[in-house]
Amino acid sequence: MINAILVFNNHGKPRLVRFYQHLAEEVQQQIIRETFHLVLKRDDHICNFLECGSLFGGSDYKLIYRHYATLYFVFCVDSSESELGILDLIQVFVETLDKCFENVCELDLIFHMDKVHHILQEVVIGGMVLETNMNEIVAQVEAQSKLEKAEGGLSAAPSRAVSAVKNINLPEIPRNINIGDINIKVPNLSQFM
Amino acid sequence: MALKMVKGSIDRMFDKNLQDLVRGIRNHKEDEAKYISQCIDEIKQELKQDNIAVKANAVCKLTYLQMLGYDISWAAFNIIEVMSASKFTFKRIGYLAASQCFHEGTDVIMLTTNQIRKDLSSPNQYDTGVALTGLSCFVTPDLARDLANDIMTLMSHTKPYIRKKAVLIMYKVFLKYPESLRPAFPRLKEKLEDPDPGVQSAAVNVICELARRNPKNYLSLAPLFFKLMTSSTNNWVLIKIIKLFGALTPLEPRLGKKLIEPLTNLIHSTSAMSLLYECVNTVIAVLISLSSGMPNHSASIQLCVQKLRILIEDSDQNLKYLGLLAMSKILKTHPKSVQSHKDLILQCLDDKDESIRLRALDLLYGMVSKKNLMEIVKKLMIHVDKAEGTTYRDELLTKIIDICSQSNYQYITNFEWYISILVELTRLEGTRHGHLIAAQMLDVAIRVKAIRKFAVSQMAMLLDNAHLIASNTQRNGICEVLYAAAWICGEFSEHLEEANQTLEAMLRPKVTTLPGHIQAVYVQNMVKLYASILQQKERSGEKEGAQEITQLMIERLPQFVQSADLEVQERASCILQLIKYIQKLQIKEVPVAEEVIALFAGELNPVAPKAQKKVPVPEGLDLDAWINEPPSDSESEDEKPKTIFHDEEQRHSRHRQPEIDEEELARRREARKQEQANNPFYIKSSPSPQKRYQDTPGVEHIPVVQIDLSVPLKVPGMPMSDQYVKLEEERRHKQKLEKDKKKKKQKKEKRGKHHRHNSLHTESEEDIAPAHHVDIITEEMPENALPSDEDDKDPNDPYKALDIDLDKPLADSEKLPVQRHRNVETLKSPDSEAPLVEKKSKKPKKKEKKHKEKEREKGKKKEKEKKVVEEEEEKKVILQDLHYFRSCFSESPMISPPLNLQTYDIQGNLQNDSQVTVSVIFENKSTSFLKSMELNVLDSLNTKMLRPEGSSVHDGIPVPFQLPPGISNEAQFVFTLQSIVMAQKLKGTLSFIVKNDEGSTHEKLDFKLHFSCASYLITTPCYSDAFAKLLESGDLHMSSIKVDGISISFQHLLAKICFHHHFSVVERVDSCASMYSRSIQGHHVCLLVKKGENSVSIDGKCNDSTLLSNLLDEMKETLSKC
Repeated sequence: MINAILVFNNHGKPRLVRFYQHLAEEVQQQIIRETFHLVLKRDDHICNFLECGSLFGGSDYKLIYRHYATLYFVFCVDSSESELGILDLIQVFVETLDKCFENVCELDLIFHMDKVHHILQEVVIGGMVLETNMNEIVAQVEAQSKLEKAEGGLSAAPSRAVSAVKNINLPEIPRNINIGDINIKVPNLSQFM
Repeated sequence: MALKMVKGSIDRMFDKNLQDLVRGIRNHKEDEAKYISQCIDEIKQELKQDNIAVKANAVCKLTYLQMLGYDISWAAFNIIEVMSASKFTFKRIGYLAASQCFHEGTDVIMLTTNQIRKDLSSPNQYDTGVALTGLSCFVTPDLARDLANDIMTLMSHTKPYIRKKAVLIMYKVFLKYPESLRPAFPRLKEKLEDPDPGVQSAAVNVICELARRNPKNYLSLAPLFFKLMTSSTNNWVLIKIIKLFGALTPLEPRLGKKLIEPLTNLIHSTSAMSLLYECVNTVIAVLISLSSGMPNHSASIQLCVQKLRILIEDSDQNLKYLGLLAMSKILKTHPKSVQSHKDLILQCLDDKDESIRLRALDLLYGMVSKKNLMEIVKKLMIHVDKAEGTTYRDELLTKIIDICSQSNYQYITNFEWYISILVELTRLEGTRHGHLIAAQMLDVAIRVKAIRKFAVSQMAMLLDNAHLIASNTQRNGICEVLYAAAWICGEFSEHLEEANQTLEAMLRPKVTTLPGHIQAVYVQNMVKLYASILQQKERSGEKEGAQEITQLMIERLPQFVQSADLEVQERASCILQLIKYIQKLQIKEVPVAEEVIALFAGELNPVAPKAQKKVPVPEGLDLDAWINEPPSDSESEDEKPKTIFHDEEQRHSRHRQPEIDEEELARRREARKQEQANNPFYIKSSPSPQKRYQDTPGVEHIPVVQIDLSVPLKVPGMPMSDQYVKLEEERRHKQKLEKDKKKKKQKKEKRGKHHRHNSLHTESEEDIAPAHHVDIITEEMPENALPSDEDDKDPNDPYKALDIDLDKPLADSEKLPVQRHRNVETLKSPDSEAPLVEKKSKKPKKKEKKHKEKEREKGKKKEKEKKVVEEEEEKKVILQDLHYFRSCFSESPMISPPLNLQTYDIQGNLQNDSQVTVSVIFENKSTSFLKSMELNVLDSLNTKMLRPEGSSVHDGIPVPFQLPPGISNEAQFVFTLQSIVMAQKLKGTLSFIVKNDEGSTHEKLDFKLHFSCASYLITTPCYSDAFAKLLESGDLHMSSIKVDGISISFQHLLAKICFHHHFSVVERVDSCASMYSRSIQGHHVCLLVKKGENSVSIDGKCNDSTLLSNLLDEMKETLSKC
């Protein structure tokens, strides 16, 4: 079982938080902070597994993470999951994000947290792996986006006009800024899939 | 600026969306909290609007804020509103928010049941999918119970997308509602062979999770999984299955044997490292389970170790880490095969990655032997010096101690070396593990008698150099070793050579800066030292020397008397007075040393940590029994159920302890002393330890004089343990030479007979004799200690509830509750009852035909008598339906000689609030054939038998079967009730035709049907908080009874009440329990049962006082039979 999935940037700012057991918000933030400090200490050339002690309330849990450009993707799993399998799953998740957002960067995650959640829900539900085939995941995500578009999206006609007004002449909106290159090479994926 | 203002005003006019919120937060880095609280206020406004789009937008923003750590549970109701929106877009937002913040404590969650059910059955697969996803995060026991059936149905949905989600969520449902596992399991098993690989993978996933917790229940699935393993190409599924086999093999060694081959093949063939690694892991598990009985598996071990070596040598740190991890598993059973890779593992200690170093350390732990311990520890000591960062250094330190002390110092051949290692470790700066080193020093000094002299000299050195240890101003734990040093020097002061010097070291003013508990030990042990010096001086007649030392004590002790630490102060002032008294005696020239030393006579022996636990309970002592009358309820506020019944207090008159007079106290004290004298755990005075020590064989060999390395110790930083390593090597070399000589001699003697010995003789474990005979005192245990203590399993383990036998056939009663509309059910129930009866009747008819034929063939037999007998079949009740209840036919008199009516047992099925189904088992015990049975009951105003439409009250209901001899069958009859508050008795008659070769006779059997009040109760579980709420609600009547002369155990008593009266235990505290049940008409019945010495009091609370008093009366009757 996967106990938690955390995505945060190099400064520890959370970008996606998904706990599969209920924890109070303060505890969640505490765990994010501690996980960040654990992971930050490690440079990129050392192993991606990390015993987290009693951080998640059980010695059975370990952290498996990957570091992409500005973001850390951390999965907290118990002993029933295969370590290398989870590493590959993180890869699948990130690649899926890359496909869905077209060259994903941290900003996409910042401004579309909801969408990231929806994508994650097609990969993992309730702490269990739902799908590992990227094409299948992307197909389901796109089908749902289509459905959303057909319904007119969250901001239906009137407010769309408003956001048009809002966007006029505001150059500081960092819509198209690409921080870091999150283009991932895929070293081990072929072995697994 | 102007633009910003414009934008601001527009923002106020129109709602922000998620992107605007994020942007806003990013633009307000300085006052983020303030900005967010503004936004939350806006969101609150938005949530008040009727427009669902606005609400959904607000909830979406809340989800973002939740990620930042803001509690959004206050919006739970709004989230539900958004969840129930008709548009998929909104619904998805709602479910996402719910999955992030709902949990079992969310009170509005019960409002979602119907919405979720609706979504689950939605024609749009994505509505269903979203609901399932959400549910997977916040499913509660109630939701699980109510929705289990719906989700189970979805497991057979036409879309694989839904099927796989439903399969996965079933696992969460099982966890929350374990009763659903058995009914759902067949379908889950079916999904293992689903055409869609995703669904298959999900099913494997769920079963693996289940099996991991309770593997033995899933052994029967092994063949199926074996088939999947050999046929599947999905690595993800393969990994899961292989992991599952790893959990199953310890339970079934035969499975392991079968697995070896396909797994080895996979290891050879696969290119996926993840799969390879799991295969190796499972092969290891198999080999462990097969244990040593299989010699021909050494090839598999070799293969595993070889593959792991490849992993460890890989440049990928992840593989290296996992390789070491798996290696440690092999180490446990096949240490030899790992030990050959010692070089590789020692190499990993230099790795830049801390987790890899830690793994390698773990491995070292298992790799040490007598031969290589010193070498390995030496390497580790080098790493200790090099280590950066205290955490890793501390880890090294603990590992060194672990490695050396493992299995009772098994691998230590030279304890002097070990003591020096410990002393060297005290030079570590800023370690947290001072207490660990101290504990080791104490342990070794106490348990290895032969080393005491050496230990004492080293400890004296430590005390002398205490300033080096204690000088570190940074808060460090290393000064803890002074605790051990002071104690060892004091306790074994007879071994001390320069006692005066040590005593002075302990009396230095600097000592007062140490922590209180260490100072206290100092004070106590300086008296021990003082006593032994005094004795020495008196023996040699140095009166002046004795007085000097007394004077020194009197001068220096006051610094401790002034201590802020109570313990230190108290001990110091006590001792100061004692020494002043000694001084007086000394002036009078009275010899005092013997008396002073007598204060510390006796030897301390280590006591096993579990000794106390293992003292057997003496016969006749009941630890659970109250010594005094239990305290009255009003005193214990925290025990909720007790406080509710107020009059309890009055019943228990409090007994006051009689005043104990002085004489009694003295007598008790004496008795206690006597007891202590007989108790092995109290220190008894015994012959001087010194004497024993000298008796120890081999002590002479201790090269104490040669290696009393006081010089190197005085130069801190010099690693002196190395000298021991050298010494040890020399010693071993000598030993070997001697042995070789002997062997040569032997050879010479035997040359004629034997060929040459193997000259490549390697030094084996056994060849290394310890430097001196080490007498490790084992820990003391009580004489008649209980053999072992059982492993306490965590009673709160959520997975324990899923330990369910899955091979047992499924009973009707286990079917998942299906939600139906209440009114429909009421209308239908009479009809639905009928076919049930008919169904049952069909089978017996066939049987009966057969019997008839048989009868004809055999010729007509004589008919004697018939009995309608019922049996007490508890199992049946449990298996058939949760809602069954039992009632009793009262014994009816013998009516006619051929009819013998013995016992009846009725099972009633409750379907709604005014109906009761009574099941009657008919058993023909005669040799005649019974037919045309008709059961009629004289209706009362309150209770009426439900008859087919159009029949009058006088018509009986035909029993839908006939009974050949010796056959029993069951029929059901429905009764309608108005009130259930009172027990009911109905008179009835069973008429039937007895058919035998003499013809047919018409017979009748009268009976009484007794509906006890308990039969209207349904065993309903209740949580203690709900129970407490119920009791606090205040609309319950209360009543109580007390029954004397109860001798059965409380457990048994509760079981009786549960069984006969359909209660369930809510909470049990000692000999007090709260119980709950509900009547078919929804009355709540709460009980508080308390057991006294041989009486039981029951307090009840119920919506209806009559029902309660009747119930209690019935209970009284049951209990008085006990």
